[in-house]
Amino acid sequence: MLIPRARRDGHVHPIASEITPRALYEQRRDFLRLLAAGGAGAALAGWAGRDALAQAAATARPGKLAALAGTRSSVAGAVTLDKPTAYADAASYNNFYEFGTDKSDPARRAGTLQTRPWTVAIEGEVKKPQTLGIDELLKLAPMEERIYRLRCVEGWSMVIPWVGYSLAELIKRVEPTGNAKYVEFVTLADPKQMPGVRSSVLDWPYVEGLRMDEAMHPLALLAFGMYGEVLPNQNGAPVRLVVPWKYGFKSAKSIVKIRFVEKQPVSAWTRAAAQEYGFYSNVNPKVDHPRWSQATERRIGEDGLFQKKRPTQMFNGYEAQVGQLYAGMDLAKNY
Amino acid sequence: MSAVLPDTGAARASRRPASAWLHPAAKPLLFVLCLLPFGWLLYGALANTLGANPAEALIRATGDWTLRFLCITLAVTPLRVWTGQPALARFRRMLGLFAFFYVVLHFLSYAWLDMGLDLATIAKDIPKRPFALVGFLAMLLMVPLAATSFNRAIKALGAARWQALHRLVYVVVLLGLLHFFWMKAAKNNFGEVAIYAVVIALLLGWRLQRRLRANG
Repeated sequence: MLIPRARRDGHVHPIASEITPRALYEQRRDFLRLLAAGGAGAALAGWAGRDALAQAAATARPGKLAALAGTRSSVAGAVTLDKPTAYADAASYNNFYEFGTDKSDPARRAGTLQTRPWTVAIEGEVKKPQTLGIDELLKLAPMEERIYRLRCVEGWSMVIPWVGYSLAELIKRVEPTGNAKYVEFVTLADPKQMPGVRSSVLDWPYVEGLRMDEAMHPLALLAFGMYGEVLPNQNGAPVRLVVPWKYGFKSAKSIVKIRFVEKQPVSAWTRAAAQEYGFYSNVNPKVDHPRWSQATERRIGEDGLFQKKRPTQMFNGYEAQVGQLYAGMDLAKNY
Repeated sequence: MSAVLPDTGAARASRRPASAWLHPAAKPLLFVLCLLPFGWLLYGALANTLGANPAEALIRATGDWTLRFLCITLAVTPLRVWTGQPALARFRRMLGLFAFFYVVLHFLSYAWLDMGLDLATIAKDIPKRPFALVGFLAMLLMVPLAATSFNRAIKALGAARWQALHRLVYVVVLLGLLHFFWMKAAKNNFGEVAIYAVVIALLLGWRLQRRLRANG
C-alpha cells in the first residue's frame, strides 16, 4: 500500500503562520463561554477586534499612568505572540545609566525627570529642520500598539507592548536630503534631573545611531507608551526609539535631538568600548560579546531559575523582516 | 610575621583575663552570622523577592560575598595586632572556609543558572573569557586552602609549609579583585571595585610594611 509521506514522520506540517495562536484560540473559547452566559452583545463588539483582544489580558493597563491607546499594528512582524512580560518587571528592571548603573536605580530615581514641556530638535541634512513639541509629536501619526521582543546585550530578554508609530513617519515629514546617510539620536543629559549624569560611566549625552535604511524600516518604532499608557520615566519617557532587531541599548531613551548626518555616528557605547559595542549591534547568537556568549537568553519573569536559557534568534527573530538590510555584509566584522 | 595557627584557646585563656572572644558561644554565633547572607539569598530565591532577574542577582550576590569574606578573613590578623586581641585568630579558619563556601555557591550559580549545568558549554565558556578564567583560577587556588584547613593537615604539613601554602590567599584575593574589575570594566563602572581595591590594598599593604620593617 502506498502511504503518502511528507517529511519524516508522515505528517503534513502546516506552515507556522497557519497555526492558530494559542492566545487566539483561548480567546475564541472565552468568546463561546461569554455567548453561553448571555453576554453576546458586549462580546460581539470585542469579537470584531479579536486580534486586538488576543493578548488583552496580558497587556491590560497597569493603571499607573495616563492612558495612551494604539490600534494593533498591521506592520509585518510588529505583533509577536510571545507572552508579554509583567509590567512590574518591565518598569523596574532597567538600564538607564542617566539614573544610575544599578537595574533598580531608574525606577527609584527617575521621578525627577521632567517630561513636559519637552521638545525634539530635528537638525542636519533635512529640507525641513524643525523643533517639535511632545504634543505635536504625539499627533504626528496614528498610534499603533506593537508587541516586540526586547533582547538586552547582557543576555536577558522581555516582551513589551509598545505604543507609537514608525520612525519613518517622522523622517518622511522632515524630508532628508541626499546627504543624509545616517540618523543620530541624542538623549537628554541634565545633571539636575538625572543624577547618574554626574558620574563618568559614559560620555554624556547618550548618543545612538542608525543607518538611513534601518531608520526607515517600518519596524523601527518611535515609542511614546507601553502597556496602553504613556512611558514611565524609567523606560525613556516621553519619547524613545525601539529597534527590536538590535540589542536594547540601540533604542535611545528620552530623545531630545534627531540629527541627519552623512558620516556614521559614534554611539556612546562604541565610544566607551569599541571592541565590545559596534555600530550595528544587531542581535546575533553567532557573534559573542567578548565577555559572554550571545547564543542564549533568559526571558525575564518567565524562564524559571533552574530552567535552561532559551536560544537567541538571529536578528531577535526579525530576520524575515530586516535580514535584507544586511545582505552581503560580514556581520562578525560589523558587530 | 608571626605564624598564628588556629589555637586551642585554653593556653591563652590562662594567661589573660577571660575574653568574650573565647566564650563557647562565640564560634557558633559567628557561624550563624556567616550563614545569614546565604539564608537571605535562599529565602529570596524561594519567595521570589530577588527582582526581575533572580539568577543574575544570585550570581552577583554570591560573588560579592566571596570578596567580602576574603577581605574579612584577611582583616583578622591586622585586627588582632591592632587591638591586642590574640583570641581573634580563632575565627580566621571559619571565615576563610565561608569565603570558600560562597565562591563554590558563586560558581554553582553560574554553572547551573547561567549554563544549565552543561559541562561541555562551561568548559568552552570559561577559557574564552579572561574575566571568567581569572575567577575560576581564583576558586581553584582556594581548593587546597580549604582542603588543608583542619588541624591534622596543619600537623602533617608542618607549620612553615602550611603557612607558605596559605599565603596563596594573597594571590586569590588579587585574582578575585581582577575578576570583579574586568566584569565592571567595559561599563567604566568602577565605584564598587575601587572600594574593594582600597580595602585589599590596605590589608596587603599592612603585611608588606610589616615584612619590610622586620627585614630592615
